[in-house]
Amino acid sequence: MSEKKIMLGNEAIARGAWEAGVKVSSAYPGTPSTEISENIVKYCPDLYCEWAPNEKVAMEVAIGASMAGVRSLVSMKHVGVNVASDPLYTVSYIGVSGGLVMVAADDPGMYSSQNEQDSRMVARAAMVPVLEPSDSSEAKEFVKIAYELSEKYDTPIMLRTTTRLAHSQGIVNLEDRKEVPDKVYERDIAKRVMMPGNAIKRHLFVEKRLKDMANDAASFEINRVEYNDKKIGVITSGIPYQYVKEALPTASVLKLGLVHPLPRKLIEEFAKNVETLYIVEELEPVIEEQVKSWGIKCIGKEIFTVQGEYSANMVAKAILGKGTEFDAPAQAPARPPILCPGCPHRATFSLLKRLKIHAAGDIGCYTLGAVAPLSVIDTTVCMGSSISTLHGMEKAKGKDYIKNWVAVIGDSTFLHTGVNSLMNMVYNQSTATVMILDNSTTGMTGHQDHAATGKTLMGQSVKPILLDELCKGMGIKNVVVVDAYDQERLEKVVKEEIAKDELSVIIAQAPCALLKSYVPKGKCITLSDKCKKCGMCLVPGCPAITKKADGTVAIDDTMCNGCGLCMQRCKFGAIERVSK
Amino acid sequence: METKNIMIVGVGGQGTLLTSRVLGGIITAAGYDVKLSEVHGMAQRGGSVVTFVRYGDKVYEPIVEEGKADVLIAFERLEALRYAHFLKKDGVLIVNDQRIDPMTVVTGVATYPENIIEDLSKKYNVIKVNAMDEAKKLGNTRVFNTIIVGVAAKHMDFKKEQWLEIIEKTVPQKTIDINKAAFEVGYNL
Repeated sequence: MSEKKIMLGNEAIARGAWEAGVKVSSAYPGTPSTEISENIVKYCPDLYCEWAPNEKVAMEVAIGASMAGVRSLVSMKHVGVNVASDPLYTVSYIGVSGGLVMVAADDPGMYSSQNEQDSRMVARAAMVPVLEPSDSSEAKEFVKIAYELSEKYDTPIMLRTTTRLAHSQGIVNLEDRKEVPDKVYERDIAKRVMMPGNAIKRHLFVEKRLKDMANDAASFEINRVEYNDKKIGVITSGIPYQYVKEALPTASVLKLGLVHPLPRKLIEEFAKNVETLYIVEELEPVIEEQVKSWGIKCIGKEIFTVQGEYSANMVAKAILGKGTEFDAPAQAPARPPILCPGCPHRATFSLLKRLKIHAAGDIGCYTLGAVAPLSVIDTTVCMGSSISTLHGMEKAKGKDYIKNWVAVIGDSTFLHTGVNSLMNMVYNQSTATVMILDNSTTGMTGHQDHAATGKTLMGQSVKPILLDELCKGMGIKNVVVVDAYDQERLEKVVKEEIAKDELSVIIAQAPCALLKSYVPKGKCITLSDKCKKCGMCLVPGCPAITKKADGTVAIDDTMCNGCGLCMQRCKFGAIERVSK
Repeated sequence: METKNIMIVGVGGQGTLLTSRVLGGIITAAGYDVKLSEVHGMAQRGGSVVTFVRYGDKVYEPIVEEGKADVLIAFERLEALRYAHFLKKDGVLIVNDQRIDPMTVVTGVATYPENIIEDLSKKYNVIKVNAMDEAKKLGNTRVFNTIIVGVAAKHMDFKKEQWLEIIEKTVPQKTIDINKAAFEVGYNL
């Protein structure tokens, strides 16, 4: 087969896993890694794939599959690596039976993340080798190489990507799947049971493994020297390689495919052969600090930032001192992301705003409840943190302090790690009110199923976990399910539950308006003769409503889903719902 | 061939990704090297979104940088203004004459600029299209992006038949006819 196809980086990773003979894949959705699983499912039934409730679980599933002797894949965004780091650090000691590859997708520039951490640092700490592809074609190839290396060196491998790689498309050469025979399982307690006596020995193995790999790495084809004019030499990897090639077509380049452990001999030789050595890497100076520690003179973060994405122009300016000339950008009002028209979170948040309630927030579309005009969310740390941070506030200041607070968390995030936090509230006698904003999907990442939706990644219908029953099962007495659009009832319930000196869970339900199964209720129209120009309908901040020059409002009929939130807000009957 | 740089900008949810899929398809079919870069995730929720498309003999960088775009396709006026400086001196700006107020304008923090298209026309080669009105005439507002593709097609290196073939391959089966009709409308504007 020699077919060529244009593929997203993540699509190419999925293809590479299939070609490498992977049999099990587990993941929790997270931008920019989600499309790996969304594409890998196309290769069923050659492999099994699933959405796990969180990255730690996904990692452990992949470890189990590897122990059972098959090649397995686990993919996650960079902050997911933190969640999965507990098993990661230890599976590094255990090693693999079938190859084990973990995709860690970093997000320089934070297009869709709460921080800008560099997963290579985690891999170094966990003593796990890292491969870094620089386009879709390499993404596919590197996955296959990763499995070879994983099995050869008895180690899990991290394939590190960034948003730009994950969400760029490029030409990929399609090849066939190579079935890999399952490794025969042999009981090996000393290797697989990590208690002190065994782990001490495995740690020695891990140190030696990294040294061996570093020695061998000089001859790895994925570490490539491209000699050209030797005045400028650049060590780079991943997407920055493309910027370097674009900006400095005549420079010599050492392109690293393996970024941990580093091929020291190769780097020393390259450094000797070039006049000035630069290191171009996005985020942290991971390569640079090691190279400098060997006494090699090079320039890196002295002229490059540790923040955001790079570009060819940035590389040209930093190294050559000149870049492209262009017009100054126009002054254009900012357009930050917002909740969609018909989004049920807007219904909940506009009520909380009216009641002057603060929300401890969480990770998902609903984090946008922190943005004006809603500005309801006060705090957001990480997945599941809304519930536990609110608990901390109560324990710090007492139950009266949180009488105008709730925790808000999505259904998928609740199952990810929120459920643990809620257990803590039950156990340690919280009196807080937790609102699960149940829109029946993992919204922000593009609508993935989870344990409470009743569908698996492979499309199987299963018995959904019932969130209300789950909460009741923990012994919570006050569990109320409300339609998020029934504003009158929601208001009553929120007031009642907050007033109680007991733990309450309110499940505010209404499906995401972007779900394929969503049926619009119609569309809302304005009756300008009844409009008193009070602007109440504008308060929830729906993007479909705009104020006209005369002060009355207009509703964009292509955007409106007829959710009726504005209609409920209008006291003068100036908004009506009609069929779409 | 020197690398050609195309940008598609708009508001999250407008369907810019479908347009880039069509572009990617036609460029690949023509045998060029190509890179496309998209925005997924949070920014898609009503935010300002950009897609970069680069093609030629060999493409390295997957993004189009300021001052380098040959063609800028803007699905919305304010987004045309925001990204106009990405155009080369003789670049073409195709702008859909639609206004979507960002929340900063709705809440009164900012004002939606007047006369965007007129002002941009003084500096750039601007082609204005009212794709939403044209789509309404076709009886389906969702194909307005295909109308814009039709307009853009005239400023690129491929034949009309090739475009129609790719549209047929890219859009959902039951919308092929309406999308082809929409392309024709844009192409003949």
